[in-house]
Amino acid sequence: MNNLYLKNIVTLKLDKEACVKCGMCINVCPHEVFELKNSKLEMINRDRCMECGACQINCPVGAISVKAGVGCAYAMIKGALTGTEPSCGCGDGDSGCC
Amino acid sequence: MITNKLTNLKPKCSCSGPSSTLLNTSMSINIQQTTAELGIVDHFTHLRLRLGISRYSKVDPGIYKVGNPDQDSLVFISANYVMSFNKLRNALKGMNAWIMVLDTKGINVWCAAGKGTFGTNELIKRITDVKLSEIVKHKIIIVPQLGAPGVSAHEVGKATNFKVIYGPVRAEDLKTFVNNGFKATKEMRQVNFNLTDRIVLIPVEIKMILKYAIAASLLFYFINHFGSNSNFINDVLIMLLLAIVSGTILSPILLPFVPFRAFSLKGFLISLIAILAYIAYAGLTSPYLVAGSILLFPALSAFISLNFTGASTYTSVSGVRKEMRRYIPFIIGFLTVGFILITISLVRGI
Ligand code: SF4
Ligand code: SF4
Repeated sequence: MNNLYLKNIVTLKLDKEACVKCGMCINVCPHEVFELKNSKLEMINRDRCMECGACQINCPVGAISVKAGVGCAYAMIKGALTGTEPSCGCGDGDSGCC
Repeated sequence: MITNKLTNLKPKCSCSGPSSTLLNTSMSINIQQTTAELGIVDHFTHLRLRLGISRYSKVDPGIYKVGNPDQDSLVFISANYVMSFNKLRNALKGMNAWIMVLDTKGINVWCAAGKGTFGTNELIKRITDVKLSEIVKHKIIIVPQLGAPGVSAHEVGKATNFKVIYGPVRAEDLKTFVNNGFKATKEMRQVNFNLTDRIVLIPVEIKMILKYAIAASLLFYFINHFGSNSNFINDVLIMLLLAIVSGTILSPILLPFVPFRAFSLKGFLISLIAILAYIAYAGLTSPYLVAGSILLFPALSAFISLNFTGASTYTSVSGVRKEMRRYIPFIIGFLTVGFILITISLVRGI
């Protein structure tokens, strides 16, 4: 099933010049954002990116940049109220996150 | 406890003397045996976790045997959240393998990876601590794909010489993945959010909202009690229940079938339909009550649904931030005006 969230908002950027086509980003992405097309890496589903950061941290040449974080409203509200970086509530035992 | 405690790799020498000290240091790694079969206790633990009754169930970090692994057996990495660990060992049924459990503070692989506790540093540290290079001859570790947001495969390689291979998203695909020579199909790499995935999240959603729901019910009850003492209170409480059911149960179930991409709009719409249906069914005519209910209850469901972004598997930080900026002002406005109107209705019985 193709769950789609808001259009054209994610911070994902790919530097095609730097890419060495190792395929690591394709392996780690949980939403099939990348694909090798005619030996070129393309972002075929950019809007499906959930900014998990897996591709960025696993790209050996740093060709991908994305501002990673948790897409969780609860975490952001808590972060805004407590003045801290939003983080998933898993740690405090009181949220639906994960 | 799920493990038969502390089966050492080699029998420890009990004699004293200089040689034993030497031997003991090289054998000080505790290797624990585990089984692939899940028992009734495990299933009970899973149920409790699902229902949100208990949240933490930890496995001791370290190295575990499944079956009778040797120096050539595969090494699988897991979090020390009991459900992550159990799913993995269950998926390895019939295999001889090693499981290396990272210390993720009892949190599942994906969440821990997002926080970085299932991460490069912990993985490197654990490889060193358990002396993995003495346990196996090869240089391959299989890390769950959902651990990738925390783990930099090339950094781990640089630091330990172990090559990280990302396994499939779901443990049940592991065997096929291994048998296909570490090749994952597109489906194995994709995170879904199908009906079952969404339904299992409902109990925790309900649990989260429960105390606020009780507080809101009591608040309305007292407003009415010290106000008009009218029958409107029944309608208000029923609609409150409808709003909560819409937000916690109907929105997760109907998520992909409701128009709009923003979660709050989905929740708002579902709840609005339910409230309008109730108003028609109950024949409510009080203008204050009707207007207040149309504002307050759908907005309440919108807020509950907005929180479901955290449980979903596909919302991005940027997206959620945009959704919140756009709709939270409306939600707060609707809640405030709706509450005032319903209060007037309850206090004055009109
Ligand atoms: S991980 Fe980096 S280098 Fe490898 S294919 Fe993706 S963008 Fe290119
Ligand atoms: S941040 Fe995550 S979801 Fe987005 S492209 Fe990278 S791996 Fe895929």
